Amino acid sequence: MHKPTKKRKLSLGKIFVYLFLSLASILSLFPFYWMFVMATQTSSAYNSIPPTITPGNMMVENFQKVLLQIDFFGALWTSFVLCSIVTIVVLFISSLAGFAFAKFYFPAKNLLFITILLTMIIPPQLGLIPQYFLIAKAGLLDTLAGVMILFFLNPLGIFLMRQYISDSVPDELIEAAKLDGCSNFKIYRSIVLPIILPAFATLGIIVFTAVWGEFLWQFTILRDPENYTIQVALASLSNTFNVDFGMILSGVFWATVPLIIIFLLFNRLFISSITEGSVK
Amino acid sequence: MDSAYQKGKKGKKKKLSEKKKDMVSAYLYIAPFFIIFGVIGLYPAIFSFYLAFQKWNGLGDMSFVGLDNFRIVLEDPLFWKSLYNTIIIGLIGTAPQIVIGIILAILLNVAFLRFRSFFRVTIFMPYITSMVAVALIFSVLFSDHESSLANYVLGLFGVDPVSWGTSEWGTKIAISIMVFWRWVGYNTIIYLAGIQSISNDVYEAATIDGANKIQQAIYITLPLLKPFIILTVFFSTVGALQLFSEPTVFLGAAAFTRDEAMTVVMYLYRDAFRLQSFGTASATAIILLVIIVIFAAINTYLTSGIGKKKKRG
Repeated sequence: MHKPTKKRKLSLGKIFVYLFLSLASILSLFPFYWMFVMATQTSSAYNSIPPTITPGNMMVENFQKVLLQIDFFGALWTSFVLCSIVTIVVLFISSLAGFAFAKFYFPAKNLLFITILLTMIIPPQLGLIPQYFLIAKAGLLDTLAGVMILFFLNPLGIFLMRQYISDSVPDELIEAAKLDGCSNFKIYRSIVLPIILPAFATLGIIVFTAVWGEFLWQFTILRDPENYTIQVALASLSNTFNVDFGMILSGVFWATVPLIIIFLLFNRLFISSITEGSVK
Repeated sequence: MDSAYQKGKKGKKKKLSEKKKDMVSAYLYIAPFFIIFGVIGLYPAIFSFYLAFQKWNGLGDMSFVGLDNFRIVLEDPLFWKSLYNTIIIGLIGTAPQIVIGIILAILLNVAFLRFRSFFRVTIFMPYITSMVAVALIFSVLFSDHESSLANYVLGLFGVDPVSWGTSEWGTKIAISIMVFWRWVGYNTIIYLAGIQSISNDVYEAATIDGANKIQQAIYITLPLLKPFIILTVFFSTVGALQLFSEPTVFLGAAAFTRDEAMTVVMYLYRDAFRLQSFGTASATAIILLVIIVIFAAINTYLTSGIGKKKKRG
């Protein structure tokens, strides 16, 4: 008598768990699906009641309209170049500094490290105006170089790299290399670098996606549509009073699809990059 | 003896010079960060404080105006409106994230769950979408048209169409939902990592003592999750007060002309890059810094107090 009721109670709990999670998944996915629907519909489909929720056949036409509005592939390429350069530079700066903080002794080491951590709490908009004029004075306004300099600053990267290097590069290995007469930079290049490659993947994803999605700074520095990154270009799609929803969401859709594919392929890496970045 | 002494001296000398060499290397390795930070991080931040006391249109000479910029901003009703908007959107957009995020994390961690990675990936997916993309998708989902999906769904419940792009509450609610949608998965993942770091022994002991799953969640998971909750509350508070991209892109062409969803950073941006009033914009940046520090301190303090009260009570 007792057993069945307990079993039933348990399955009610199970049903609740699955219902709640399924609802969350549907709500998470629906805007993606709906973006696809709109990207394939005519603008007039938008005015129908009840709303259209099945894909249409305007996929190509809508995207052609996007291409008339913005230099879509150019902007995508610009973003890709920007993110790649920033990621490589940040990985290099962070791993070198992380190596120094993890394996060297030098005066004021802790003070300097804490200083780096403290720079994380400076809100980005505090220096925005002087930064803009600095870039303008250097003649880098409206250039990719002007955009990327700011992103080279990445205190979190140094923090993560120090953590990883002190955990996973054995002191004995460094000592042995020193006895063999290796220079410090050679130790970095031939011993530290190979060991920290997995951490490069994590930090690389954090940096690449952060720069890819950043908007305020790119929006401030880039004015000429020819130099737009994909975010600024997409934002400009809706910057008219006469908006064409199918066209806008077609642009968003094609800019988002590559990202989703990369995410689905490497989702574990993405998810662990978040927890490593914030839990430590 | 002589040779041993010499050897010792030589070894010491070699060690000393090597130590020096290591020191130089270390400083060289950390130098790039500090050089870049000095130029594009620290100098601009300090210069903002200087600029806040100047009247400047970006082209001509600056003139010292004392606290005038702060007075102008603090007397501007639009500044207070933007602060009010920022706080309201922050509250509706981020506070529910913490509750829902914790629930989702607990459910994602239950032992019997199948398709776990499917649920995890789908719930996390909005976060990888850029803010601009999210804002554009939501600007269509929540458009003013009677036929927009949001208005249609409301219509099913007998609610009149809402002007999501122009009304006082419509814009705030639409933007808050958008912020919630993009970030809730992020918080869930952090809570999930926190839950997974809790030892299983604690739950086993509680099960033996007769605590059910809900009791376990309240009395074990929540208190042990506190450091993670504090972390996310801190980040959410700071992030919410800096909101810019979502409302700017959501409102499109009307972004800097309407005040229903203008946030403080938008107010700052408008002052600087639309009205060429860089002094008042810098003053706004400093006022916002103070506000962020105060709110982050209060919220972190309140969050860290939650568990303590419970223990006493």
